Amino acid sequence: METQFISIRTICVNYHIESSFLMDLSNIGLIQIEIIEQEQYIHHDQIADLEKMIRLHDELDLNLEGIDVVFNLLAKQRELQKELTTLRNRLRLYE
Amino acid sequence: MAFIDYYEVLGIPKTADEKEIKAAYRKMARKYHPDLNPDNKEAEKKFKEVNEANEVLSNPENRKKYDKYGKDWKHGEEFEKAQQQRRQQQSQYSQYGSGAEGFGGQDYSDFFESMFGGTSGHSRQSHRPKFKGQDYNAELHLDLKDVYTTQKQVLTVNDKKIRITIPAGVENEQLIKIKGNGGPGLNGGPNGDLYIKFIINNHTDFKREGNNLYKDEPLDLYTAILGGDIHVDTFDGKVKLKVKAGTGNGTKVKLKGKGFPVYKKDGEFGDLILTYQIQIPEQLSEKEIELFKELQKIKEG
Repeated sequence: METQFISIRTICVNYHIESSFLMDLSNIGLIQIEIIEQEQYIHHDQIADLEKMIRLHDELDLNLEGIDVVFNLLAKQRELQKELTTLRNRLRLYE
Repeated sequence: MAFIDYYEVLGIPKTADEKEIKAAYRKMARKYHPDLNPDNKEAEKKFKEVNEANEVLSNPENRKKYDKYGKDWKHGEEFEKAQQQRRQQQSQYSQYGSGAEGFGGQDYSDFFESMFGGTSGHSRQSHRPKFKGQDYNAELHLDLKDVYTTQKQVLTVNDKKIRITIPAGVENEQLIKIKGNGGPGLNGGPNGDLYIKFIINNHTDFKREGNNLYKDEPLDLYTAILGGDIHVDTFDGKVKLKVKAGTGNGTKVKLKGKGFPVYKKDGEFGDLILTYQIQIPEQLSEKEIELFKELQKIKEG
């Protein structure tokens, strides 16, 4: 449990962010906050994405809606890239 | 070392005020930010140029210096003087231990280094945003046989040894990210990531599509007509197959679970699809020709 979840408090201290920012990200569905024994946590799988969100917010002044749009478009881009790779591989069968 | 027109980099006139510079920088940074342009070296280069331009133009002192000596950096007598002064300043800073920590000197152009050095003191460092380090890209060539099972490998990237586990079933051109093994971050930002692209070379008779394998299987005419048992090669050994009497050329047979391992799903495999290629006997003996003629007669009634 300790290795899989990181408490909101720890995240706020380490990344110099307000817990309200995390709550807002959670409300918009960009991260998922878990409550374990009355303490709020984030699963470590979400940390890489969270770091990206913090950078987009701090460095590019993107608001939450902007971050949401960027994440959706990046996910779409990844899917298309994957599809392109699959199709290229399939094409090799006929070459 | 070429002169860099920082105004042109940001797409602003020389008369631009602080607000216009900031707006132009934000616009360009949004366009070329590494998080928005994954795996795009051109964008990464542009992003560095934009940062450098902002570094100079958003700082009144640096901008003044750039406007005065920028274009004549090579010849200007006064510029030489300014450089000398800078060198003195720099040695002072390093004396007090506030040198170029966190500044990757190589992240600036030669032009910038020549004019402003690796550092120009506290004021610049204080408003510099943190940036993630450069992402590194590497290619790893493997044989199809190698990726049939999970294996561990040690890679050397930029003189650093990295131990990686390659899960069975990895796809050709699949990218995996190894966090924090890219270039160092700027101004205390996180390290970049290492992206490894797997190039899978196939020297086998099997063709792979996703988790399924495909193979042409030669079948002798007699077994095709009369049926019988044959032994076929799968990716991990031979299996015995029953061939139905009257099997036509091009008939496909699916061997469930005899395909390629499913990526990151232990014990799950795709299918092997065999296509029978019926072999017509060549160089028939007289006796065989005679018998075929006999068969032909029977068939024609």
